[in-house]
Amino acid sequence: MSIPKHPPSAQHHHAIFPATTDDVRVSLDQVFRWLEPLALPAEDAGTIELVLAEVLNNIVEHAYRHRADGKIDLTIFHKAGGLDFRVRDEGCAMPDGQLPQGKRMSLDLDLNSLPEGGFGWFLIRDLAQNVTYCREDAKNCLSFRIPVGSAALPSDQPAES
Amino acid sequence: MKLEIEDRDGARLVAVKEDRIDAAVAIRFKDSMAEAAMDAPSRVILDLSQVAFLDSSGLGAVVATMKLLGSERKLELAGLTPTVEKVFRLTRMDSIFTIYPTPDDALESPRYIS
Repeated sequence: MSIPKHPPSAQHHHAIFPATTDDVRVSLDQVFRWLEPLALPAEDAGTIELVLAEVLNNIVEHAYRHRADGKIDLTIFHKAGGLDFRVRDEGCAMPDGQLPQGKRMSLDLDLNSLPEGGFGWFLIRDLAQNVTYCREDAKNCLSFRIPVGSAALPSDQPAES
Repeated sequence: MKLEIEDRDGARLVAVKEDRIDAAVAIRFKDSMAEAAMDAPSRVILDLSQVAFLDSSGLGAVVATMKLLGSERKLELAGLTPTVEKVFRLTRMDSIFTIYPTPDDALESPRYIS
């Protein structure tokens, strides 16, 4: 029995949208509508939503901190066993041209000194694989992969409109 | 940011009536919690059972609320849904907060972290 796939027209998702936290929410909704035929286990869907929200909101809050009119370019490829993400923006470069380490923070502190930030990169690095950053032509390019459970697609999947 | 507040059995129950605490609303959440925390008793129980999604901004806002309450008052959590629970667990912040399955559990069987 052959394993059903996304029909060719739907094997990737591409969207360009304004870099605002509200538009990020809309974009996440679009991504999950595209993912619906995969019938992902809830755990995988949660992982994807978390990593994407962190990556996209980072661009809004950091890369475009000096601009209100930035755009985010998101492409997602559905490959065997996982989803490959490519996110591009034209905002500021990463400090030192590198991704934050995202180390798990020690919480062995008194309550008043607990960190309120810095958890995002830890979550991205913990949940995604092959997280890679490059800067080319004044654009940031971030790519990463999220493995997903092998849920078989229904064989009579209607084509995406 | 819709919060429902009820004082019961010496604790203040704050139920978040939104389904996301993320970057889009983190600041509003912090501000609303600051108001809810005013004159709160020594136990504040944050009911997150309607919250399906919380990201690092949301986590930061919850930590900020805990700090705002000060060392004489405790912020406890109840009703963590799967993705929210995952964020607290992966970051080990589940060792910082006392977490209950439901607000009633929090009121009926309080636990104290040493």
